[in-house]
Amino acid sequence: MEDLGWGGIFFGVVRQFLPVWIALIVTFALSIRYKRRLGLYGKLFDSTIGMIGFGIVMFWVFTAIFSALIVTHDPLVQVSGMKNIAPGSLVKGSEEPDWYLLGGDALARDVFSRMVQGSQIVILIAPLATLFAFMVGITLGLPAGYNGGFLDTVLSFFANLILAFPVILLFYLLVTPEIVQTGLPQYLGLLLFLFPIIFLVVLVNSRFYVKPRFRNAVVAAILILGGWIYLALISEPDSALTIIPPTADFLHVPPNILIVFVSVVFVNSPTVFRIVRGLTLDIKTRDYVAAAQTRGERPWYIMLWEILPNARGPLIVDFCLRIGYTTILLGTLGFFGLGLSPESPDWGTTINAGRKLLTIAPHPAIVPALALMSLVLGLNLLADGLREESLKD
Amino acid sequence: MLNFLARRVGFMLLTAAVLTLVVFVMTNLRPNLEKLARSEGSVRMTEEAVDDWIVQNGHGGPMLLRYGEWLGILPGWTLTDEKGVTRGRCIREGMAPEDAPVRCGILQGDWGWSTVFKEPVSAVLAKSLSATGWLMLWVMIVMVPSSLLVGVLAGMREGSRLDRTLSTFAIVSTATPEYVSGVILVAVFASATVGISPILAELGWIEGKTLFLGTATSAMDQITFWNFTLPVLTIALYGMGYIARMTRASMTEVMTAQYIRTARLKGVSPRDVVLKHALRNALIAPFTVIMLQFPWLLNGVVIVETLFNYKGFGWTLVQAAGNNDINLLLGCSVVAVVVVLVTQLISDVGYVYLNPRIRIS
Repeated sequence: MEDLGWGGIFFGVVRQFLPVWIALIVTFALSIRYKRRLGLYGKLFDSTIGMIGFGIVMFWVFTAIFSALIVTHDPLVQVSGMKNIAPGSLVKGSEEPDWYLLGGDALARDVFSRMVQGSQIVILIAPLATLFAFMVGITLGLPAGYNGGFLDTVLSFFANLILAFPVILLFYLLVTPEIVQTGLPQYLGLLLFLFPIIFLVVLVNSRFYVKPRFRNAVVAAILILGGWIYLALISEPDSALTIIPPTADFLHVPPNILIVFVSVVFVNSPTVFRIVRGLTLDIKTRDYVAAAQTRGERPWYIMLWEILPNARGPLIVDFCLRIGYTTILLGTLGFFGLGLSPESPDWGTTINAGRKLLTIAPHPAIVPALALMSLVLGLNLLADGLREESLKD
Repeated sequence: MLNFLARRVGFMLLTAAVLTLVVFVMTNLRPNLEKLARSEGSVRMTEEAVDDWIVQNGHGGPMLLRYGEWLGILPGWTLTDEKGVTRGRCIREGMAPEDAPVRCGILQGDWGWSTVFKEPVSAVLAKSLSATGWLMLWVMIVMVPSSLLVGVLAGMREGSRLDRTLSTFAIVSTATPEYVSGVILVAVFASATVGISPILAELGWIEGKTLFLGTATSAMDQITFWNFTLPVLTIALYGMGYIARMTRASMTEVMTAQYIRTARLKGVSPRDVVLKHALRNALIAPFTVIMLQFPWLLNGVVIVETLFNYKGFGWTLVQAAGNNDINLLLGCSVVAVVVVLVTQLISDVGYVYLNPRIRIS
């Protein structure tokens, strides 16, 4: 057995991604077959840019899902003699054919496996954090735009306050061991994670207000289930905030991941708030809102069931763009070594680790850099495609 | 207009006060002070000694009081110990307590002492800001004209092949954060083993081993094409895509306006239609975007200065935050917050000034 050439590396990587290719082909075949019945999602397949973007995004989603099948080595295991080794090198001392497809990093770990494993962190945190930011932004932006007045002034002031804060400075202030010791990020999470529950309860309550029994059942279910998840999420044994006993605490989020998550949500929500507020200001002058008001609908019903569905186009587009932006933020956090542990395989941290030897062995930094760039590019293209298609009707 | 300006400035001052208070509180939390005590005093201090140190050095009072002292609106603390020696916030070494000023905060121009650089914060900030000023100047010189050019060319005829190519470039550049483009640029242009430098060196087209230098430390003394291209390019690329896309959107909108059609039908040459009729109106929106880009450039500056080891403002901020240098971090935050707020003000005022529809009403 010998080291692989560039062609060998290429085929090796493509072969490793086999489950992803199959999943992609199935997704595209089914979507294109039934695209007329799938609404906005189906329309995406009419635009080339949208399809390319969707393909790239789904590539990384499937990579994250099937990462256990794709990785060639344990992303944390160091093999002696493989330090900074060039891509396609044969693993030293192994009997079977076994290569470091994209080389080894400064600690002799497999770059390819770390990149694949790192996609899991990004694909999990970025969309979820964006979703939370949207919940916060929508729950606050709708009443601010719809009611105006004092509430609007106060909320807008706070949103502008956070927006005037340089992001990196905010991260450096929020994500340091000293601040973590005081439990501040957990308290912030206490506040921010409340919004999804409020949002869902208000959403259900305003719709099924006329059917009290059904409403009560659903609201109770949301409160109990959501409340439990909420408490399990923020409460962590042996930290500043331990609310429920460890036996009921079924969700174990490592404290550093929670901090990263909270700070990313915190940075994103004011922008979402401003967008939602602007859209609400525009939509509330429409005739159907006036009609609902004349019918005597209650304010929250109008906001959530008349205004919000009509603002979905720009919001969906912004959602895609914002996931990309959140991915960049996560990378920035990793790049400065904030929050995530130094051996975490996420892309920002690996870029940071690889940049020290950039001029001698560039591959440990280049591989995650290209991965991050392609994901963000895919999300931007997807947003462009969605915007194009939603403007058509 | 004056009323508008006064309200904006008032709002700005309020925001600055609240933000600096937030930063002050977050940097002066108990764990930070304990760490400071241990690094300034001794690592093996007992709990009591730490408490004592904090009180002795004027960090003991209520948070708002200390903020007032730091700001310079309240008189600085003074303490007389059992030996009868009076020390205080405003009393320098070798200065008699009677001669010291009553207030000394940032309003009086006293920014405090940096524990990392062993220098006054104002001196550290002045040095680093001038270094970053050069970086920003070159970024602006590269970024603004090229992104406007890309945007205008792409927006001139929507859907043409030129438009597609330039728009794709703009999307790719917005999808490439500084830490990605920086890493790629260094690997391609500044590595002696990979990229294009070894090929160029073999052909004898470049004198040194690499086309560009991968660090910008030497640019502190003298800025050359060799050591400054990569940092400037890295920041400019990320901002460029966004400005270009905004310019393109505004240009395509203007190009479909009635007066452009009139000009065309009058027989004005295409060049004059773009340069004389379209451009002025198309550049209003990008102006605000460019101004609002400053806070983002600040982000880029921190990343790029860390990546290229250029000892400017961003590098100083990272050093201050990483080493628990409270005064320096506060100074950096004041500068950053002021930069953001002032650019917001300029962009608001400029927008009103440039757009006749708003200006006249």
